[in-house]
Amino acid sequence: MTMIGWLQIILFCAIIVALAKPLGGYMTRVFNGERTFLSPVLRPIEAGIYRISGVDEKREQHWLTYTVAMLLFHVGGFLIIYGVMRLQAVLPFNPAGQGAVAEDLSFNTAVSFITNTNWQNYGGESTLSYLVQMLGLTHQNFLSAATGIALAMALIRGFSRASMRTVGNFWIDVTRCTLYVLLPICVVYALFLVWQGMPQTLGPYIEATTLEGAKQTIAVGPVASQVAIKMLGTNGGGFFNANAAHPFENPTALSNFVQMLSIFALGAALTNVFGRMVGNQRQGWAILSVMGVLFLAGVAITCWAEANGTATLHALGLTGGNMEGKEVRFGIIASSLFAVVTTAASCGAVNAMHDSFTALGGMIPLINMELGEIIVGGVGAGMYGMLLFVILAIFVAGLMVGRTPEYVGKKIEAREVKMAMLAILVLPLMILGWTAVGVVYPTAVASMANAGPHGFTEVLYAFTSAAGNNGSAFAGLTGNTFFYNLTLASAMFVGRFFMIVPAMAIAGSLAEKKSIPASVGTFPTTGGLFVGLVVGVILIMGGLTFFPALALGPIVEHLAMNAGNLF
Amino acid sequence: MLREIRPGIVLLLVLTAITGLAYPLAMTAIAGTLFPVQAQGSLIERDGRVVGSALIGQEFKDDKYFRGRPSATLAPDPNDSTKTVPAPYNAANSGGSNLGPTSKALADRLKEDVDKLKVENPSAPIPVDLVTTSASGLDPDISPEAAQFQVPRVAKARNVPEDQVRQLVTANTEGRLLGLIGEPRVNVLALNLALDRAAK
Repeated sequence: MTMIGWLQIILFCAIIVALAKPLGGYMTRVFNGERTFLSPVLRPIEAGIYRISGVDEKREQHWLTYTVAMLLFHVGGFLIIYGVMRLQAVLPFNPAGQGAVAEDLSFNTAVSFITNTNWQNYGGESTLSYLVQMLGLTHQNFLSAATGIALAMALIRGFSRASMRTVGNFWIDVTRCTLYVLLPICVVYALFLVWQGMPQTLGPYIEATTLEGAKQTIAVGPVASQVAIKMLGTNGGGFFNANAAHPFENPTALSNFVQMLSIFALGAALTNVFGRMVGNQRQGWAILSVMGVLFLAGVAITCWAEANGTATLHALGLTGGNMEGKEVRFGIIASSLFAVVTTAASCGAVNAMHDSFTALGGMIPLINMELGEIIVGGVGAGMYGMLLFVILAIFVAGLMVGRTPEYVGKKIEAREVKMAMLAILVLPLMILGWTAVGVVYPTAVASMANAGPHGFTEVLYAFTSAAGNNGSAFAGLTGNTFFYNLTLASAMFVGRFFMIVPAMAIAGSLAEKKSIPASVGTFPTTGGLFVGLVVGVILIMGGLTFFPALALGPIVEHLAMNAGNLF
Repeated sequence: MLREIRPGIVLLLVLTAITGLAYPLAMTAIAGTLFPVQAQGSLIERDGRVVGSALIGQEFKDDKYFRGRPSATLAPDPNDSTKTVPAPYNAANSGGSNLGPTSKALADRLKEDVDKLKVENPSAPIPVDLVTTSASGLDPDISPEAAQFQVPRVAKARNVPEDQVRQLVTANTEGRLLGLIGEPRVNVLALNLALDRAAK
C-alpha cells in the first residue's frame, strides 16, 4: 500500500479522536438537560413539543416503561412508512409517477428503517417517490438514530447512577437528541453536501441529450437532506440504488471523506459521554482504544487485499488493484476504508460494491458485522453492544481471580451476565439459522447472483447485515423476493429489539445497585490489560461462533481463487 | 403505561413533521438559493440544450470521443417487464455488476475487453479502470492513465496531433485534494466538451 494511502487513514483516525471530546462534552450536556449554546433558539420549540404531547419533564421512567415507550414509538413509525409507501401513487411529490410499492417490499422497508438497518430491497430512484424519501425514510433516519442514542444513554445512566429506580425519560431523550444533536448538524452538513454537488430539488428527473445524441434520463431529488442524516445517524439507506457510490450521493473525494467521518463521529463521541457520566474520561478512552485496535486491523487487511487484486486480473496483466465495482474518484484506499467504516459502525452505506471485493477484502466487512458492530458501531447501538461485551470480559476476569467482578463501581452479577449473553446470542441465531435455510430452500437459492462459495457468502452476508442492522449488501443477491423480504425483516426485527430488551434490563438492574468505591482489589479498567482482555473476548466469541461459516464462504473462495478455479 | 400513549402518538407526529417535511423542504429552499447549480444536478448546457450532468457519466461510442468505464446498469426489458436488459449509463437505475472475484462471467468479460483494447493501442499497458465496471455504473471519471491510453485513437479520429490531445487531457486532470485525499482523475464529459470546443 502506498504512503498516501496510509496518510489518508491516519488523518481519518486523528480527526475522529479529536472530535470525540468536544462532541462528547456537548452531548453530555444535552442529555443531562443542561443549557447549550443552541438553547436560546431550540428551548422554546422543545418546551412547546412537550406541552402539546403531554410530556412531563420532571418525570423519569422505570426501564420497563422506557422500553415500552420506545416500542410504541416504533409501531407508529412502522405504520407511517408502510402507509406512505403503499399510497405513494396518490400522494404529492411524485414527479416520476412511481406506483404503489408491493406489500412485501413495503413491509421489509418499513421494518428495515425502524430498526436502523436500512437494507435496500427497494431501488431508490426506480421505486420511490420524493414524499416516501422524505416523510418515510428521512424521518425514520432521524428517529431510529435518536432512539439508538437514547437507549445507550439509558444504559450509561445505569452505570453512572446509584440506588435509583429510573433510567431517564425516553420522550425527552429522543426529542433532545433530534433537536439539539441531529438536526443542527444535518442542516450545516446538508448544505456542505449540496456545495460539493449533491442535488436538493423537488423537480422532475432530467431529460438530457448526450453529446452523441442519445437520450439520458437523470434521476435527481431531495438527496442532500436525506444523505446528511443517513450518514450521521449510521442509517445507510440510499437515496439511489447505488447508494454512496452514486456520483449524486457522493460527488467528490472530499464529500466521501466527510461522509466517513460522519459515520463514526457520534458513535466515537458516545465513548467520551460514557467516560464523563461515570466520572472518569479514561474509561471512555479505554473503550475507544478497544474499538481502534479492531478497526485498524480490519482496515489493513481490506486495503491490502483490494490493492493486491485478483487472480483473474493478474492473469490478464492488469495492475492497480481490484477496481471492479469501485469508483475512480475514490480508488482502492477510500473504497476499502469506507467498507470497513460502514460495517464497523452499523451504517451500511456503500461507496463500492462489496459483492465485487476480493474474498478476503469482503470478509472483513462480514466479520465486523458478526462481531456485533461494536467497533464504534451504530449510533448508540454500538455503545450498548460494546458495554455488553465489556460485562462479559469483566466477568471472565472476575472468574480468573475469583472475585465478584466490578465495572465503574457497579458489581456485575448473575443477572447482568445472563442478560448480556442472551443479547449476544441473538446474532448467531438469526445469522446462522436463516443462512442455513437460505442455502437449501430452492427459491432462495435462485436469488444468488454468483456461483460457488461466493453465492454462499452472498446469503451469509445478507442475513449478517440484516441481523446486525447494518444494511450493506453483497448486492448481487436478488433480495426483493417474497422469501427474502420476510426472512430479512424477521432478522432485522429480532436483531434490533431482542438485543435492546436485555440491554435495558441491565440498565434497570445496574441503576438500582449501590456504587462501590474502587479499592486496591479492583481490576483497573482503563489500562492496556483491560483493552487486551476485551479485544480477546470479542474475537473469541465472534471467531468461535462464525469461523465455520466464514470457512465455507470467503476462506474457501480465496483458496479456490489461488488454485485458479472459476465458478 | 397508559399515560405513555398520548406522548407516543403526538410526539411521533410532531417529530415526523419536523424531520420528514419541514427539514427537507427548508433545505431545498436554502440550497436552491445558495447553490442553485449543484442543487439542480450540476447540469451542463450546450447551445441551449442540456447535454448531461457534470457528475454523471454518459456512454461514448464514437472514436473521436474519450470513453468512460464499462457500465453495468440495466433497464426493464421492453418486451418483458419482469426481465432486465443491459443499458449502459442508465442514470435512472444505478448499480454495479456485483460479479465476484472468482466469477467466470467476469473473467470472460474482462478478457474480451482486454483483447479489444490491445488492438486499439498495443504499445501501452491497459489501465485496470478501463475494463472494470464502476459501482454506480455512472462513474464520470477515468484515471489519467486511462485517458492517455485513448489519446492515439482520439487524435487519429479527429485528425489532430497527439500532443494537442495530450495537452487537453493534462488540463482536464484533477489531482488529489491537498495532495492527499481521493485519486487523480479525468472527467470524461468535460474532456470531450473541451475537445469539441478546440475543434471549432
